[in-house]
Amino acid sequence: MIKINDLHKSYKMGNSSLHVLKGINLDIEDGELVAIMGSSGSGKSTLLNILGMLDVLDEGTYELDRVLIEDLDETKAAKYRNKFLGFIFQSFNLINYKTALENVSLPLYYQGVGRKERQEKALRYLASVGLADWATHLPSELSGGQKQRVAIARAMASEPKLLLADEPTGALDTKTSYEVMDLIQKINQEGKTILVVTHEEDIAQMCKRIVRLKDGVIVEDTKVDQVLAAQYVQ
Amino acid sequence: MFNRDRWQEIFETIRKNKLRTFLSGFTVALGILIFIILFGFGNGLKNTFKEFFLDDATNTLYLFAGRTSKPYRGFKANRRIEFENSDLADIKQNFSFFLEYITPRISRGASVRYKNEFDNYTTRGVAPDHQYAEKTIIMKGRYINELDVKNKSKHAVIGRLVALDLFKQEDPIGKFIDVGNSVFKVVGVFQDDGGDNEERFIYIPYTTRQSLEKGNDKVDQIIVAFRPELGHAGALAFEKELRTYLKDKKSIAPSDPRGIFIRNVADQLKQNQQFANVLQLIVTFVGLGTLIAGIIGISNIMVFVVKERTKELGIRKALGATPKSVIQMILQESIFITTISGFVGMAIGVFILNNIGETLEDYFIKNPYIDMETALFSTLILILFGGIAGYVPAKRAASIKPIVALRDE
Repeated sequence: MIKINDLHKSYKMGNSSLHVLKGINLDIEDGELVAIMGSSGSGKSTLLNILGMLDVLDEGTYELDRVLIEDLDETKAAKYRNKFLGFIFQSFNLINYKTALENVSLPLYYQGVGRKERQEKALRYLASVGLADWATHLPSELSGGQKQRVAIARAMASEPKLLLADEPTGALDTKTSYEVMDLIQKINQEGKTILVVTHEEDIAQMCKRIVRLKDGVIVEDTKVDQVLAAQYVQ
Repeated sequence: MFNRDRWQEIFETIRKNKLRTFLSGFTVALGILIFIILFGFGNGLKNTFKEFFLDDATNTLYLFAGRTSKPYRGFKANRRIEFENSDLADIKQNFSFFLEYITPRISRGASVRYKNEFDNYTTRGVAPDHQYAEKTIIMKGRYINELDVKNKSKHAVIGRLVALDLFKQEDPIGKFIDVGNSVFKVVGVFQDDGGDNEERFIYIPYTTRQSLEKGNDKVDQIIVAFRPELGHAGALAFEKELRTYLKDKKSIAPSDPRGIFIRNVADQLKQNQQFANVLQLIVTFVGLGTLIAGIIGISNIMVFVVKERTKELGIRKALGATPKSVIQMILQESIFITTISGFVGMAIGVFILNNIGETLEDYFIKNPYIDMETALFSTLILILFGGIAGYVPAKRAASIKPIVALRDE
């Protein structure tokens, strides 16, 4: 699914430049659930941004679903994002004046799906995260966990190849975090490839593989025995 | 542009962001409303000005006679010059090319009485063409005619206020009034845009006045109208020739600045028109200023709107919105709002102007109006600039990396 070869990224800070990623090599297969761990400044967010085409790489190659991602301008990036990627953010990033249903159907709008089909599909995904009854509610009327589930439904709605989750549980309490992880695990079990950036050990243990970053290089890449979040959720 | 889905998305955004929509719409509507009202007031001011200064015919020369200041052809200085009927005939004959009409004017004060009402008025002995020189408007009856002049008939045309003073509700036509010591028959009532004083005159045939004064043929004043096609330069040339001719006829030294005086309304007209132009300039300037203020207002609102939506735009981009679709969405929304509210503001402004009418006449604003072209043009300008003002921040917002936009709180 993902093939990264000798990836370098540095940021210009005035006169000096900050070398954030120093030669990353990473292969991720279809259907994997990978946790990217590391302290702040380790480069994990930068890596995710590059994978998510929210940022461009300096050196190396990035292949997504056997498509070489290069020469990204904003228009091209937007199309790839729409086609390949679903995002889950720490702060949910729902549009606050749109209902849950409208939020979920937004990526479909940008895919050019007709209104009726859009609504049906969005409702189906909303139902799959257990929020069909909340379809007409605004984000402000939802709890944190519900908001993140709406965001997950939205990320799923465009049927992406890859889900990118940036600290998906960062703004949630432990119980809600496990509920969200349970949902992510279920989606993964259905075959979706998912990348989770986190700094919480227990969340990382719920993935199938942990990649640890330190100072811009991968220091550890291990498969783990997945802890099922379901056992914490009633 | 005609994508139904996109319109639905825009209507939804508008419906759910009422305050924002109202603010930008209000700014636009207010901008165009103020522009239209100010521009209309400016036009009203111009109307008042025109009424004040442009009442009399503007292609006229007023000829007066006075005393000479230099000896000439055996005459001493300080000789009194007077116009006579023969001057009228001579001017008519010698300057027929320049002339539109010519009329004498002999002004005399007189006590005028009808039954028990009486007052002092100015009578003017005139020829029929005097009506054009003063732009006198006949309300009832008729003006002095050639027959009156020929027969020296005792016919009088009285001003509206004279009729009001002396006759109250009675119809003055055919009634007899005492003017000085003779009896005149009222043949007409007139009004004049020049104001109250102009409506307190009494016009009588100049020949009648002359016969009342022992049958002389003296004339106080001659009013000469030249053909308007001559223009300002032609009028000046005519004036010069006329002066030379009359000085020669009356034996006044060519270098004598006195003796004959000619007041050229064309000069005055030029000054008045210059003043009117300055007024127009001020009106235009004020209008332009308001329009620019309106445009700045819209720009501010647009910057604010886009700034407020930065995060939303970031989310949309992360979900696959291209920069083009982001710009299109913002522009379409802003142009939609500015168009609707622009025309609403315009309609309200025009409606207000139409209903003011005469109510502000005390403030020198008479019949304020704006022509449809100016109203439409300024509205379109505002919409256009609203669009441009929306485009710049929209373009910037669309080029912000989504990752940056998403961090915006």
